[in-house]
Amino acid sequence: MSGLSLVILVIGLALIGWLAGRMRAAAFRRGSTRRFSSQPVHHGWFVALWTVGPPLVFLAIWALTSPALVTDAVLANPAASQLPPPGFDRASILSEARSLAQGRSYGAFHELARTLAPVYAAAQSRFDWIASGIALLLAFAGGAFTFTRVGPGFAARTQVERVVMILLLTASLIAILTTMGIVASLLWEAGRFFRIVPAWEFLFGTHWSPQVISARDPGASLGAVPLFWGTFFIGAVIAMVVAIPFGLMSAIYLTQYARASTRRWIKPTLEMLAGVPTVVYGYFAALTVAPAVRQLGVSIGIADASSESALAAGLVMGIMIIPFVSSMADDSLSAVPAAMRDGSLAMGATSSETIRKVLVPAALPGVVGGVLLAVSRAIGETMIVVMAASGVATLTANPFASTTTVTKQIVDLLTGEAEFDSAKTLAAFALGLTLFVITLLLNIVALTVVKRYREAYE
Amino acid sequence: MTTPKITARNVSVYYGATRAIDDVSIDVTQDEVVAFIGPSGCGKSTFLRTLNRMNDTVPSARVEGEIYLDGEDIYAPSMDVVQLRARVGMVFQKPNPFPKSIYENVAYGPRIHGLTHAKGELDDIVEGSLRRAGLWDEVKDRLTDSGTALSGGQQQRLCIARAIAVDPEVILMDEPCSALDPIATAKIEELIHELKGRYAIVIVTHNMQQAARVSQRTAFFHLGHLVEFGATSDIFTNPRAERTKDYITGRYG
Repeated sequence: MSGLSLVILVIGLALIGWLAGRMRAAAFRRGSTRRFSSQPVHHGWFVALWTVGPPLVFLAIWALTSPALVTDAVLANPAASQLPPPGFDRASILSEARSLAQGRSYGAFHELARTLAPVYAAAQSRFDWIASGIALLLAFAGGAFTFTRVGPGFAARTQVERVVMILLLTASLIAILTTMGIVASLLWEAGRFFRIVPAWEFLFGTHWSPQVISARDPGASLGAVPLFWGTFFIGAVIAMVVAIPFGLMSAIYLTQYARASTRRWIKPTLEMLAGVPTVVYGYFAALTVAPAVRQLGVSIGIADASSESALAAGLVMGIMIIPFVSSMADDSLSAVPAAMRDGSLAMGATSSETIRKVLVPAALPGVVGGVLLAVSRAIGETMIVVMAASGVATLTANPFASTTTVTKQIVDLLTGEAEFDSAKTLAAFALGLTLFVITLLLNIVALTVVKRYREAYE
Repeated sequence: MTTPKITARNVSVYYGATRAIDDVSIDVTQDEVVAFIGPSGCGKSTFLRTLNRMNDTVPSARVEGEIYLDGEDIYAPSMDVVQLRARVGMVFQKPNPFPKSIYENVAYGPRIHGLTHAKGELDDIVEGSLRRAGLWDEVKDRLTDSGTALSGGQQQRLCIARAIAVDPEVILMDEPCSALDPIATAKIEELIHELKGRYAIVIVTHNMQQAARVSQRTAFFHLGHLVEFGATSDIFTNPRAERTKDYITGRYG
């Protein structure tokens, strides 16, 4: 039985359970003057949820474990005795057999795969029937059991409430668990990389050229320092030189000078900028800013000014971050009590003196936290640098020279032809892990700073 | 009677279309403490804030009538608000020290107005202001601590020190004790007695006993009108208006 029809069947059972539970509850209510804790509809939901819940949980677990069970069953078959020992060949024969069995392909390289395909198909269908049987049994059992519980004294309403709570909890856990899964896979793949290349060679090596990796010493051309520097230079230096002053000044204007009517249209416009897809900023960087920057570099006498300069990518990234910095700074400035401002104005300070000497210092922790968050966004930003930054890793502080970043290199390493267990491909995971750790630390520090600051004014 | 320090003539204040103060005229002389009393929302704080043009910070506020400081119209276009506020200092309802050190809080005014030329001079001003605010002995060993770390009463005296550091002529106090406990309140009242004579003081208060204790003259506001203005002793013992009598005897408010 296919998964979809099974699910439809279970839902159909749940619907029947819902109707049955409701009718039964309605029956005992009829003619009674008592007050009941639960309405018929609660009883209906209670039965329905218990009909649909257990089989779905079972199927979810089954989906994770059944491939291994099927494979075990295939391996137990006498035909499998001719398989090569565990390794790449064995895995590829098995996966061919699975494709054939599931009808996803019609030919196979290995003779053995063709022999194993029917075995595979048989095992698969056997386990499918078992799973369907168990799922339906669970649905019946859950539905029938709860149906017998439906009665005047049963508080179905609180039970339903509890199930709703569990559903909501599951929904919030899914994002967390998925992230944890991603981190785990990152750790796992990075661990494989670090078995090939020592961590210190990767973290402190200054030569990066993944195109030519020597088999004897892969670490020699996988030193990531130029990437870390490029990322820092573009995201934390150039972009921030643009984003901090403009973001802060626009926040000051909006909170202190703008009239309510002006603020009403400027603020949403700024926030709209934050919604522009980064690939659009990417075009702008690659097609407009980069050539202009190169021309500027050449005109001021830098002969080797690159058309894939750090400056172009950093400038555009800075512009992209302005709304973010502005809105963080806006929040911090607005959180400074009006009494501070009044106190300063009443001393005879002008608006700009009040801002410079009282409001900005008072809002500084919040602003710093916001800037750290902005940095963490900037160094994780990918699209702009993929389009505008160079692929060549150079360790230079010249903003007109070509520079690359961690994210750009990850994209380069994983696109095109690559084997999935070479040092080159695995390096992408190590880079990803490093980036993840750095942005995580930045976020933790920033949020701590912001939180402390919030507490100070509450 | 000496020439008044502040003269307000036919002052009305509007917030948008709402009239918060209606045709108020009042004089304050240099060496007295004047108290404004009245129920919540009667406009006494609004009127106080017209005296150093703090209402300018409220976009919808509009002031009609004339207010003179030493005969100078403070709402004249030629009036420099920054200078005006240096001459007419203000202490707020809730202590609002800046999140800076105690020293920097007091030095703030002298610094922005460029009153000093040497560090020693500034030190003297800070010490003198803190002494006059009765805070020096409590904080002299921790001038670098944050002003916000002080107790509420100390913070309020710090704000008074901050206000007098620029050597104003008038100090406006907007319910300065409403956020303080009785002991801190007593200290502030004592301080007001000491500051009297050196600065003209206008204090808004909710507390009628306080008005009676600290002021020489009292103005009673009700619904934006100045109902009665006279010697404090008269207002409290022998009010002329019925509404004043009702208020001070606790009929409403």
